[in-house]
Amino acid sequence: MSVKEIFESMEYGPAPETAAEALAWLVDQGDRFGHFINGSFTAPGEGFLSKNPATGETLAMLTQATQADVDTAVEAARKAQPKWEKLGGHGRARHMYALTRLMQKHARLFAVLETLDNGKPIRESRDIDVPLAQRHFYYHAGMAQLMQAEMPDRRALGVCGQIIPWNFPLLMLAWKVAPALAMGNTVVLKPAEYTSLTALLFADICRQAGLPKGVVNIVTGDGAVGEMIVAHEGIDKIAFTGSTEVGRKIRQATAGSGKALTLELGGKSPYIVFDDADLDSAVEGLVDAIWFNQGQVCCAGSRLLVQEGVAERFHAKLRARMDGLRIGDPLDKCIDVGAIVDPVQVQTIRDMVDGNTEGETYCVNAQLPAGGCYYPPTLITGLTPTSRLMQEEIFGPVLVSTTFRTPTEAVDVANNTRYGLAATVWTENVNLALDIAPKLVAGVVWVNATNLFDAAAGFGGMRESGFGREGGWEGLNAYTRPKGKTKPLTKIEGFTGEGSEAEGIDRTPKLYIGGKQARPDGGYSQPVFSRAGALLGQVPIAGRKDVRNAVEAARGAGGWAKSTAHLRAQILYYIAENLSARAAEFAARIDGLTGGRSGAKEVEASISRLFTYAAWADKFDGQVKSVPIRGVAMAMREPVGVIGAICPDEAPLLGLVSVMAPAIAMGNRMVLAASEAFPLAATDFYQVLDTSDVPGGVVNILTGPHADLAKVLAQHLDVDAVWSFSSSELSGLIEAASAGNLKRSWVNNGQARDWMGTEGEGRAFLEAATEVKTIWVPYGE
Amino acid sequence: MQTDTQNIKTHLPLVTELRNPGMALDLDWVRAAQANTSAIERRAATLPGRRSVKKEYQAAWLLKAITCIDLTTLAGDDTVGRVQRLCAKARQPVRHDILEALGVDGITTGAVCVYHEMVAPAVAALEGTGIPVAAVSTGFPAGLSPFHLRVAEIGESVNAGAHEIDIVISRRHVLTGNWQALYDEMRAFRAACGEAHVKAILATGELGSLRNVARASLVCMMAGADFIKTSTGKESVNATLPVSLVMIRAIREYHERTGVRIGYKPAGGISKAKDALVYLSLIKEELGNRWLQPDLFRFGASSLLGDIERQLEHHVTGAYSASYRHSMG
Repeated sequence: MSVKEIFESMEYGPAPETAAEALAWLVDQGDRFGHFINGSFTAPGEGFLSKNPATGETLAMLTQATQADVDTAVEAARKAQPKWEKLGGHGRARHMYALTRLMQKHARLFAVLETLDNGKPIRESRDIDVPLAQRHFYYHAGMAQLMQAEMPDRRALGVCGQIIPWNFPLLMLAWKVAPALAMGNTVVLKPAEYTSLTALLFADICRQAGLPKGVVNIVTGDGAVGEMIVAHEGIDKIAFTGSTEVGRKIRQATAGSGKALTLELGGKSPYIVFDDADLDSAVEGLVDAIWFNQGQVCCAGSRLLVQEGVAERFHAKLRARMDGLRIGDPLDKCIDVGAIVDPVQVQTIRDMVDGNTEGETYCVNAQLPAGGCYYPPTLITGLTPTSRLMQEEIFGPVLVSTTFRTPTEAVDVANNTRYGLAATVWTENVNLALDIAPKLVAGVVWVNATNLFDAAAGFGGMRESGFGREGGWEGLNAYTRPKGKTKPLTKIEGFTGEGSEAEGIDRTPKLYIGGKQARPDGGYSQPVFSRAGALLGQVPIAGRKDVRNAVEAARGAGGWAKSTAHLRAQILYYIAENLSARAAEFAARIDGLTGGRSGAKEVEASISRLFTYAAWADKFDGQVKSVPIRGVAMAMREPVGVIGAICPDEAPLLGLVSVMAPAIAMGNRMVLAASEAFPLAATDFYQVLDTSDVPGGVVNILTGPHADLAKVLAQHLDVDAVWSFSSSELSGLIEAASAGNLKRSWVNNGQARDWMGTEGEGRAFLEAATEVKTIWVPYGE
Repeated sequence: MQTDTQNIKTHLPLVTELRNPGMALDLDWVRAAQANTSAIERRAATLPGRRSVKKEYQAAWLLKAITCIDLTTLAGDDTVGRVQRLCAKARQPVRHDILEALGVDGITTGAVCVYHEMVAPAVAALEGTGIPVAAVSTGFPAGLSPFHLRVAEIGESVNAGAHEIDIVISRRHVLTGNWQALYDEMRAFRAACGEAHVKAILATGELGSLRNVARASLVCMMAGADFIKTSTGKESVNATLPVSLVMIRAIREYHERTGVRIGYKPAGGISKAKDALVYLSLIKEELGNRWLQPDLFRFGASSLLGDIERQLEHHVTGAYSASYRHSMG
């Protein structure tokens, strides 16, 4: 077109970013890649093609890792780990700083290669993915430096197996590798088979930066390689980002292995627009929410909830905005929506949208480039929470929409999902925003903004969006463990005997559910004997329905989470006071049950423990993060919800108190399975609870075989977390069964804990009892 | 109301459009207007990275920018000679050999903008060109002279031949939320303009918040403004992208509700060709191509033209240019 014609038409025209340097880099590598193991690339082997989804052209030949490759990589990481950890924080910080600087120097190469490989617009890889990846390394270089001083009781986990997705190939690598290296771990990382190239460039950078051999190992291949990593005995921790379906399988596969696990999974994140919002800005926000990276974003604001009164206007504005989106060659600097990662993904999106028969579908009427994987931005209005597309993740540029009437209803609709990754709220009313944000079940909430990320701010999900946080101080727990050695826990059996009922009036221990004593649904009890074989009492055997009732009671006691920390502290002190009043009786009970003489000491420790968590109730503070925006990112500590806990067998009272007190101090509700061997201290203890103003349902106590109770609790889809300190071998069972709703699990892996000592209380319990929610509030007038 | 943009022969605002008749003051609408500053700033900050024009497209866009410039001199030492020189530049803003190389002709600036005393010399110097003369008015820049004198000043300038009147609003009405007073004032100014078109200068740098900018924009349009304009060029903060975004979104909303297109003029602080391209893409994105014509969009600028000329020469020759190679205005 001539200048004169353009002067009239005022079209944008092409603005291509050159791919020459990136393609030249591929040629320099021979267009074929092996794995990066122990500091160098292996010879390329049998494998698969990596293609540019925008054109279908082949970019390189990659190697499918074999079991032997994975073994070699794990061995290299294992060998390198002790030295890397011993290098110390400052030594690691220097290496990580060098890595960051080299990433900066090759920023454009990373960006162009990412766009070629993934199909995302060059603007995004250039302005978002690559800078955020650098920032993550930069931030964590600082964490390495500070580790010794700030985390003196923590050490590296060892070798981390990391499996990352194709939507943010380099950024997800950074999120995984940076904290792992900072804390002294070594890694075996598998990039997604569609998008391995920037990981291989990163490997090249590691080599150039002189990173010690074996600290970073990268193996390529499909899900089979991922399975090898997950199953590998030489790996201490698995970190996975990807689909909920695969996350569930990994949870099952690692159950009972003792491997640490963090999962960052899918989402169907609500995007809530109130009628007082700046509607134009909220529309623009949606461009960044659902059309960012073609909607292939786990935290994409894919579920639009608009207040009824403005819904029509908002949708009209949105459709007009959609018409302005430019779809096409991702290497063009003037493109908003690039290519979908692979034809398979395009088909998945198409099948889901075509399968929908409800609502009204508006599809951008754009000429899609031929030969590539494209899908037009789409809006489907008039859906309800019942619609399949309102519940299932599409992972494409498709927005679904419904309406609400009131703030309460907005929260209800928003939380009507299995997921809980992110949420967005638009309102000009600060009262409304700050009221809504804590009520949304989501690991991240953005107020009047969307898809803001930073290394200092934790990111991660609730419910089936996974567990663990990436970024910030809270992210480091996932890559460290306490210092010190553990001892195996041996099974503790109750005593047997043939004694008859003791004299006096019969006291019948019952289950404690919803603040009331309840007979077991099954109608069975079992005798409890002293060491000498005397019958101490009969405890009920709780069954499935008793667990169900207890969970229901706990769920119903949600008001506890909203009560003030001051009130919770007062009640914990009150429990301690009432326990103290009956100290002698409890001491005798414990001695009778265990046949020991430390009952009095255990009661004193229990009282002290209650004081500890009464003290903590209003002191386990959140943080305000230093994120690079004008605004605040608040890391709020929220209760996990309903926690099922299998109490320690060995300390019948102290064990129960140690588990219960931190949880309720943080606002959780508990279903406790009492010591299986010595249950009668727990059944006495509910009388203490009864007299201490603990609201009904906040603490529920069951007795019976741990294995049975653990299974039902771990499978229960309305339980948010399960803890086990049982002396029965339940860790594998619990972790596997918890995969159903991906509840958080905290198990002892058959290792003992000294309940009388320092490891019997403290931050580890508080952290397990809370989830960090990051609330971003940009401001400015 | 779709108009064929190809047939617009004159720069005079709105001759091809229904002129804004105004409407009754709708306070519900005004008070419901919101502007979230941080979100607006994010949009403005990322726009330059999202849109980019290269090569011949860039040249064509820069030529378009020239046709939208209100070439301006608002100095106390303006003389007839100075204004004549400026008008000569307005008639031929780009060296003819550059235009030839680009294959275009008939490029002039959108208008010439002067103080009242310079209106007559400017009109004389531009006779026969179709380039309108705009006069800043109503006690520009502060707008604090007696109301009857401000109204009278408009009439004087119209009588002297000004086709466009750039009025300044009373900022105090915005700052105190006295929307009725602002509306009445604007109504009176509009009436005094008669056939001349009126641009309402909001002096956005003095309005305190983007929400006030949004509300003041709506009130001025309701009261019959043909254009809304950011600033006088004399405030400490003049045209910015966030302010522009707020004002053009108000224009879009007004068009959606009334069917009337209002023009937009950012003024002050736009001096680089690259900035002009960002502004044009902002207009194209938020309002659409129809607004990329001098009857609906103007830059209030004095030094922008020089930078554009250098960029155009660079486009033609491939070598970076020098300012002395282009005539001064």
